Amino acid sequence: MISPLFYLFAALMVAGGLMVVFMRNPVASALSMVLSFVGLAGLFVGLNAYFVGILQVLVYAGAIMVLFIFIIMLMDLQKSDKDHWRGTSLAAGIAIPAILLIQLAGVLATVENSPKAPEIGFEQALKATDTEGELVYKEGTVIREKLEAGRLPDTHLIGKKLFTDYNFPLQVIAVLLLVATVGCVTLSKKSAAARVAVKANVRTISDDETQKDA
Amino acid sequence: MPSLSEYLFISGLLFSIGLAGVIIRRNIIIIFMCLELMLAAASLTLVAFSRFKSVDGLPDYDGQMLVFFIITVAAAEVAVGLAIIVSLYRARQTVYTDELTTLKG
Repeated sequence: MISPLFYLFAALMVAGGLMVVFMRNPVASALSMVLSFVGLAGLFVGLNAYFVGILQVLVYAGAIMVLFIFIIMLMDLQKSDKDHWRGTSLAAGIAIPAILLIQLAGVLATVENSPKAPEIGFEQALKATDTEGELVYKEGTVIREKLEAGRLPDTHLIGKKLFTDYNFPLQVIAVLLLVATVGCVTLSKKSAAARVAVKANVRTISDDETQKDA
Repeated sequence: MPSLSEYLFISGLLFSIGLAGVIIRRNIIIIFMCLELMLAAASLTLVAFSRFKSVDGLPDYDGQMLVFFIITVAAAEVAVGLAIIVSLYRARQTVYTDELTTLKG
């Protein structure tokens, strides 16, 4: 079955990626990255991963891209003549990924029947039991209600997984984010010596001005 | 719905574009964006495998958990990386990798 939406979003994603690489202006590159990730989010939704798709748009388009554009504006990076293409790196940059891609295509072409996505089995999920014979999705839970209604409670299932099987990694990732925050603050603080120099500079300028006034 | 091979090929294509960007470009911020593209390609592979493997009739959510963690780590990495790039810019007044030759023999 031909799925036009898949090809549309895939084309959007690849076009965005190419624009990130080949746009001269860094701001245009950052905006193309958003285009690419919107296409990717579309593919995620097509794979019944609604939560991850939304997360991709929120986190990447909403937060990370803003951070990139802010930094680019802060440094006042314009399209510069220094960023010309060098022949060797351009050749290597096209040849190496091309080899990778040809190899991948070759491997995928040898697969006789590429697996088709299995249908989501709501009945099977409702009957699923754990090792002790208890129902995995217990009576009275939101997950069970939605499964009975024939809908995929994607976010609830991810939440269940995150707070049961992946509880410890979740705590670790919280610590990681804290460490990253502390690292950013440490990196972006001006050193004490620089602050003293700035103060001294201000003082000499103000002294000059008072002498001028006198 | 497309087969698994198509998803894997598209993901490989995005990864290749990211790799090409890392090799070709010399603006360190754009190199960083291309790294993000490569991470996103890995996420697409994980989500595709998660959908094509059935556990109790539902997609295998382990793959999507890993994507969740990838996105979190990528966000932290971008924050720290950009802070490092800003410090570098303050010290050297450039963002071009071929001008950052302090350790070059």
